[in-house]
Amino acid sequence: MPRRIVIGIQGVGHRVIDSVWRLGYAARFFTLTLLKSGASIRRFSLIIRELYFTGVLTMVIILVSGLFVGMVLGLQGYETLQKYGAETAVGTLVALSLVRELGPVVAALLFASRAGSAITAEIGLMKATEQLEAMGMMAVDPVARVVAPRFWAGVISMPLLAAMFSTMGVFGGYLVAVVLIGVDEGSFWSQMQSMVDFRFDIVNGIIKTCVFGVAITAIAVFEGYDAQPTAEGVSGATTRTVVTSALVILGLDFVLTAFMFRGVG
Amino acid sequence: MQRATMDLWVGLFVIAGVGALLILALKVGNLGTYNEAKSYTLVGNFENIGGLKIRAPVKSAGVVVGRVTDIQFSMKSFDAAVTMNMDNRYQFPKDTFASILTSGLLGEQYVGLAAGGDEGMLKSGDKIMKTNSALVLEDMIGRFLFDKASENSDGDGEDDSRL
Repeated sequence: MPRRIVIGIQGVGHRVIDSVWRLGYAARFFTLTLLKSGASIRRFSLIIRELYFTGVLTMVIILVSGLFVGMVLGLQGYETLQKYGAETAVGTLVALSLVRELGPVVAALLFASRAGSAITAEIGLMKATEQLEAMGMMAVDPVARVVAPRFWAGVISMPLLAAMFSTMGVFGGYLVAVVLIGVDEGSFWSQMQSMVDFRFDIVNGIIKTCVFGVAITAIAVFEGYDAQPTAEGVSGATTRTVVTSALVILGLDFVLTAFMFRGVG
Repeated sequence: MQRATMDLWVGLFVIAGVGALLILALKVGNLGTYNEAKSYTLVGNFENIGGLKIRAPVKSAGVVVGRVTDIQFSMKSFDAAVTMNMDNRYQFPKDTFASILTSGLLGEQYVGLAAGGDEGMLKSGDKIMKTNSALVLEDMIGRFLFDKASENSDGDGEDDSRL
């Protein structure tokens, strides 16, 4: 009996040490990526190729889900607000919730599951088929050639995608509230414009998306690079990317919101 | 895929993203309607600002003409000094009347400006001399109860004299 307890406690200690070690390794890998990204920025065509895969191919899902999220917000917001005779405030509701929270967070979650998982799977498979080692043999640094362009493409495309998401959401809210239900168009836009502040709401939202972009792509490239070089290992790494990214996005969102919107307005 | 096609798609993607940002800034946000660079500041001292907050609108005749940028407690006159950022397009006479109003029964509070008849216009940094405090509901209820109470006691007095 005591022996079983000792083994159990040993297991806990092993896991803690293991996760701390992995976190340190991830931080070292992140710094290495930043240090070696100079070469990939000079060869910008590499980043453009990755922008196509992470940005352009994610655009469709972002645009469609943005539209639907905005439409749902318009519908639900109208249902509640009209009870208080404030249905013209539905524009403010849709715009503020999209620009401040839903745009960055939902776009980041979609981006993590669409682009982040693809990055991890690609790098993991390259590792499993020993392409990364082959590159090393040919004196091509795999971090500079494979990892850094994917990282920067993700960081660039995340704010753009989130902006598209929010814009489509506002358009969706407009479609439902003004076109379908018949809220007054003039007060829909004017209330929105009087309540949404550029520096306070929109810039803070953009800062959020930039932070999410760095976090998601850093997690994705690290999990891919660190994957066990087997089919099972790659699939596990892909799952870990999505799960970790989602948790990190939601956690970071709370921290950033607490700093940005605390006690103002 | 061909390099040129890929470049084209990425170009479209970046243009769409930047366009979305622009739409957010101009159509959804207040960058298109209100430009802080072309503005001047006015200060008004209010006895009581009620629930006025920073970024609350300044309206004249219902049109947003500026925004509250700062609220400080003034140690000189022991009242609230409210700094307002005004749009340059709108100039107001020197004897403009500023009051703190509420939009609707439960709405947000804002500063309402009523233009006077003076020839001279307010310049940046000027102080609005005529101000009217916010209505504080507790004060009103208190005054109402006080009036009622005194009315009743007057009534009692009359009854007494009649007896």
